Amino acid sequence: MAPNGTTQNGIDEDIDYSDLEEKYQVQFDEGFDNVVVVDGVPVIDPSKAEKLLARISKEFSKKGAPVKPDDMFIPWDEQTGKSKGFIFVEFKNADDAAYAISAVHGHPFDSKHRFSLNRFTDIERYANLDETYVDPEPEPFVQKEHLRAFLADPQGRDQYLTYRGDEVEIHWHGKPSQSEVAYKRTNWTDLYASWSPLGTYLASLHRPGVRLWGGPSWSGVQRFAHPLVRLIDFSPNENYLATWSHDPIVVPEGAQQGPQYFSPEDEGNNIAVWDIKTGNLLRTFPSAYPEGEDGAKKQQMQWPALKWSPDDKYVARVTPAQQISVYELPGMGLVDKKSIKIEGVVDFEWCPLGDKDKEEDLKIATGKSNKKPRENMLAYWTPEVANQPARVTLLQFPSRAILRQKNLFNVSECKLYWQNQGDFLCVKVDRHTKTKKSIFCNLEIFMVREKDYPVEVVELKDTVTDFSWEPKGERFAIVSTSDPNYGNPAPGITIKTDVSFYGLERSKGNFKLLRTLPGRTSNTIRWSPKGRHVVLGTVGSTSKSELEFWDLDFNNDDISKREVHKDESGNGIQHLGTGDHYAVTDVEWDPSGRYLATSASAWRHTIENGYAIWDFRGQEIEKQILDRFKQLLWRPRPPTLLTKEQQRQIRRNLKEYSRQFDEEDAAEESNISAELIAQRKRLVDEWNAWRLRCKEEMGPERVRGPAAKLEQEDEDKEEIEVWVDEVIEQIEEEVAE
Amino acid sequence: MRPILLQGHERSLTQIKFNVEGDLLFSASKDHVINVWYTHNGERLGTYDGHNGTVWTIDVDSQSRYLVSGSADNTMRLWSVQTGKCLYRWEFPTAVKRVSFSDDDEQIVCITEQRMGHQGAIRVFNINREEGTSQSKEPLAFFNPIGSKAVVCAFSCVPNLIITGHESGKVALFDYKTGDEVQSNERAHSDVVTDLQLSDDRSYFVTSSKDKCARIHDTRSLMVIKTFTTETPLNSAALAPNKPYVLLGGGQDAMSVTTTSLRQGKFETRFWHKIFEEEVGRVKGHFGPVNTIAISPRGDCYASGGEDGFVRVHHFDETYFRAKPYGDLEIEE
Repeated sequence: MAPNGTTQNGIDEDIDYSDLEEKYQVQFDEGFDNVVVVDGVPVIDPSKAEKLLARISKEFSKKGAPVKPDDMFIPWDEQTGKSKGFIFVEFKNADDAAYAISAVHGHPFDSKHRFSLNRFTDIERYANLDETYVDPEPEPFVQKEHLRAFLADPQGRDQYLTYRGDEVEIHWHGKPSQSEVAYKRTNWTDLYASWSPLGTYLASLHRPGVRLWGGPSWSGVQRFAHPLVRLIDFSPNENYLATWSHDPIVVPEGAQQGPQYFSPEDEGNNIAVWDIKTGNLLRTFPSAYPEGEDGAKKQQMQWPALKWSPDDKYVARVTPAQQISVYELPGMGLVDKKSIKIEGVVDFEWCPLGDKDKEEDLKIATGKSNKKPRENMLAYWTPEVANQPARVTLLQFPSRAILRQKNLFNVSECKLYWQNQGDFLCVKVDRHTKTKKSIFCNLEIFMVREKDYPVEVVELKDTVTDFSWEPKGERFAIVSTSDPNYGNPAPGITIKTDVSFYGLERSKGNFKLLRTLPGRTSNTIRWSPKGRHVVLGTVGSTSKSELEFWDLDFNNDDISKREVHKDESGNGIQHLGTGDHYAVTDVEWDPSGRYLATSASAWRHTIENGYAIWDFRGQEIEKQILDRFKQLLWRPRPPTLLTKEQQRQIRRNLKEYSRQFDEEDAAEESNISAELIAQRKRLVDEWNAWRLRCKEEMGPERVRGPAAKLEQEDEDKEEIEVWVDEVIEQIEEEVAE
Repeated sequence: MRPILLQGHERSLTQIKFNVEGDLLFSASKDHVINVWYTHNGERLGTYDGHNGTVWTIDVDSQSRYLVSGSADNTMRLWSVQTGKCLYRWEFPTAVKRVSFSDDDEQIVCITEQRMGHQGAIRVFNINREEGTSQSKEPLAFFNPIGSKAVVCAFSCVPNLIITGHESGKVALFDYKTGDEVQSNERAHSDVVTDLQLSDDRSYFVTSSKDKCARIHDTRSLMVIKTFTTETPLNSAALAPNKPYVLLGGGQDAMSVTTTSLRQGKFETRFWHKIFEEEVGRVKGHFGPVNTIAISPRGDCYASGGEDGFVRVHHFDETYFRAKPYGDLEIEE
């Protein structure tokens, strides 16, 4: 080969390879990434060097970062002849070095010396840092928009959101002339939109995470980077947000860091809790799937997986069959460092705060009352296991005192329904007969406000498919069925149901059946948020889609007295109207309880998608059939700021106000029709002008089409009537007289 | 308004046409036969037999002398309206999807299907009105529109210009002399254009589309003047003479009809106010999608042909002419 090589070299000399060489030059390690500076090493004489290095090598090995004494280098101070108190250690590669730094940094070598490790490259960087302090530029203060500006609408209108195709629209809803689109934006959200519980924020879901919007200009308020987020849940007072993604969190190399982003410890989790005001990530959790039965029976994940206490002080989650873990907010530490161990626990619910409770809390917080702050309460249930009966428990938190426990037998399922003021807890118990063949239902109602928490039982023979408390009321409605088709859904079959109303009899302290409406198809109960009115709907059926509007206090015209005389007999239950929204999928009251929105969402089916708005009497106000319509959401309102006294004042003067409103309505109506007529006139004028222009452009010979010509011919024609008598046959008959 | 039900077809209707006087109604169907009916009583006057495939399209001249038809048997035929005899047949490599007479009855435009390696083509023929049986075999003009294929066409009010509606939803004007696209509106519709009918003076026209909209366009500029948005795919749109209404017909696609109920199908004929773009009424009756709608040029009756194989002829009631639902407004034709 040698001779060959020389000849080639001879040729090569003429050619300039420098560009190629540069391109294909082997990239050697720069050499310093794998070098670590270990500080805090004892200062020694050269004689002890070998011993020291052996010792250090041993310490490193103990921590899992083995290094040979040959790879260490001790710099010496030439004046004193001693070491300088730090050494250089060379590792095989940068990864080993990085590991050593994390493992050995801060390691105590002996009582006086503690290692501190730095990358060699870092030392240089730190040494060159500019030491002069520069004041950080203060950011100019930008006045933020009022997030609840919509409440200041002079006409007091409510807002609702519609999501159709890629377009999200915010509408004002008021009288016909006042209803208008407040804002719209295409591609505002990728999955769906959601209001926060008090209506302050609008959340949109995107691939990179959640964004919150608010204020009159709908600018972005906050963002939470949870990739592929699917579900979100606000805390009741809008302080925190929980998000869930089906895909476990992955923190890629070089991801953004900071309190608002996931860190490597969060990897593999699905649920994240965020602080809304700061946008900071508080904690992440893995999704809790019911254990043991994933293969055969994959149960759906429960959402919300995290349940907020009504005062935003705690958030709790259940580990099925084991425990309830309560975390304090915003620290997200486990309260008392231990979960509430409950064998077999299936589900739990926090007791909501009533208006009175909130007032009380406010008083305590402002120091006007020196009562002991009330504790939160939660209810949970455990199923029957072996010889132990099923059990529903009321538990106080954080004292963890059990307030009431009730044992139940032959239970197949329990559901917990709190009345929204926290006055009652209804446990809907699905019970089976001994043979386990048929199912019937018991309602166990805990009177939470009374001493010793008495339990009232309502026994029913049928299966209860829906239960709903009247908001702020003492009544509830149930949908029950004895239809044999219940439980085996088949297309085209609508389950026959009965709807019953129950009310509390104050004198006896029990719940009494007020009225049953037999032979319905309704499967959904929607109470007006102000109580009294209720809508029964047949939702999700392809053949029936009836909406029934009911008033439970029809005889009480005088609203001011309503508070005093609660109708306990059920005489006041009155049917107000019936509506029909074909293929309805969602039924929602507006926050004022005056209007009802029904929608047929393209997420469920593609037939006649759109929405309709009704008043509480069942009169259709508006109906829009819109292709690809997905979602309608009323914007929630925060609780009123008026005091009880002010509210009473308004109620007393209602007649006065209503006269004023009637006048406005009348003026408005005449206004609208005038406007409409003007609008039509304008359209006709536009059209006529356009037609005239067309005719001029086309010239006179083209003005008349064939049909028009025909007409002209008709006019020109002379009408001639000709009578033709044609004798076909003449028969003479002789008739004998 | 009691309709007359014309039960002369065995398969779904493809196109129906009134003659200018409105006393005759021609109907074409997938059963290969063209029928002609008396409109006033629904009696069948006769048939035009000869096609060996679905008759996709028909048109009648303004003197009710000649009828032209296009069929899936790759022929276009000229018929004598009076005798029912086929006077002439043109043969093409593919099916004929649309035919239309010019204003002066001297010309015919036809669209042939894009299939079997053949491009969709538009041809214009001169018609020998003196001698119906001797027609020129060769077209006066022939061109292949580029881009999305043309599905409907008609002569415009401007000499030499043809309006076309395309599969992509485009509406365009072609000069048939040169074959050039003179004017186009790519976004007239977002789905296939299903019908195109002109106003009496051809200065504006209405198109219907599967995108659930019908639109009125200015013939010269192709500007969209009015839009009528419904909730169902539309197959046909017609302009009512003397009254400011547009009639729209459609319904669920034929292939998904069996899986949807009558209620969901939306097989009604809808009356929309031409200027206010508001729906004013509906006429029920068909139990399949409405494929084609025609209004008598006198404006006294209309007919609809459905996927169900029936033609329903409706003579307007007296109230239709008297009613002024929007008050006294002078509206130009």
